[in-house]
Amino acid sequence: MIAALELTANYYLVLAALLFTIGTVGLLIRRNVLVMFMCVELMLNAANLTFVTFARELDDVGGQAIVFFTLVVAAAEVAVGLAIIVAIFRRRRGATADDVHLLKG
Amino acid sequence: MEFGIFVVFAALALAGSLTVVLGHNPVHCALGLVLALVSVAVFFLQQDAQLLAAVQVIVYAGAVVVLFLFVIMLLGVDREETLHEPIRYQRPAALALGAIVLAEVLFLAGRTWATGTPSARGPLEEDAGYNNIETVARTLFTDFLWPFEITAALLVIAVVGGVVLARRSGQPAELVDEGIEAPEPEDAAGEPEKSAS
Repeated sequence: MIAALELTANYYLVLAALLFTIGTVGLLIRRNVLVMFMCVELMLNAANLTFVTFARELDDVGGQAIVFFTLVVAAAEVAVGLAIIVAIFRRRRGATADDVHLLKG
Repeated sequence: MEFGIFVVFAALALAGSLTVVLGHNPVHCALGLVLALVSVAVFFLQQDAQLLAAVQVIVYAGAVVVLFLFVIMLLGVDREETLHEPIRYQRPAALALGAIVLAEVLFLAGRTWATGTPSARGPLEEDAGYNNIETVARTLFTDFLWPFEITAALLVIAVVGGVVLARRSGQPAELVDEGIEAPEPEDAAGEPEKSAS
């Protein structure tokens, strides 16, 4: 029975789908900007896991190289995003996304 | 054995990501993120991506989450957020949308045509003498050389942007809107009464 449980790529893909969905729902229901950022990181990681899974499945090293670029983009995004959050905090004592609504009609 | 490791760390990854979404304290959310990221690094190890597993732990768990925690501590936002819902039915709509996304991705993952293309960038395990680091480096500096160079420009732009935005005195801080100040609670309504009494 244990031997029948072969670890295939589909397990990783389903897990990545679950992680991506949790990140999406978290991004939509949370109002704290920092936590929303963490949810974005979670979604990026799910995509990375999918890339690595397909790199293994197709025996293609290109998938692993793409993950590098995803990591770099995520790091740059966090650096700029957290700087924006700090700049907002200097002006107003609030961490929720609803506080920044000047462009709302 | 391999399956058992997968099950354990899949449970840990799901627990960590649920902590990120459901945690009330942002510090707990950051720690849940660490748990999820380290679990994903284990999956990288299981799939012959040793270099990426190391980079994942160093860059994500080491740098990104520490940056998150640093900002949380700097701003002192480790208090609970309001449960006020500005848009009605936003949470049920978000859950429904999440269910749709999950069904869609699972449908795509179950198709066999998604895994049928032949290799284009060379095999993962080359001949003897190449390990994972050398294989990735070889393709990174040949096939992906141009994106790699653009990455350098992106990082410089991010660093400059971060410094400019986080500077204490400067123009960019004034780009952040102050919002419309709530009108002062006027005592004008109460004054005449008081004077009348």
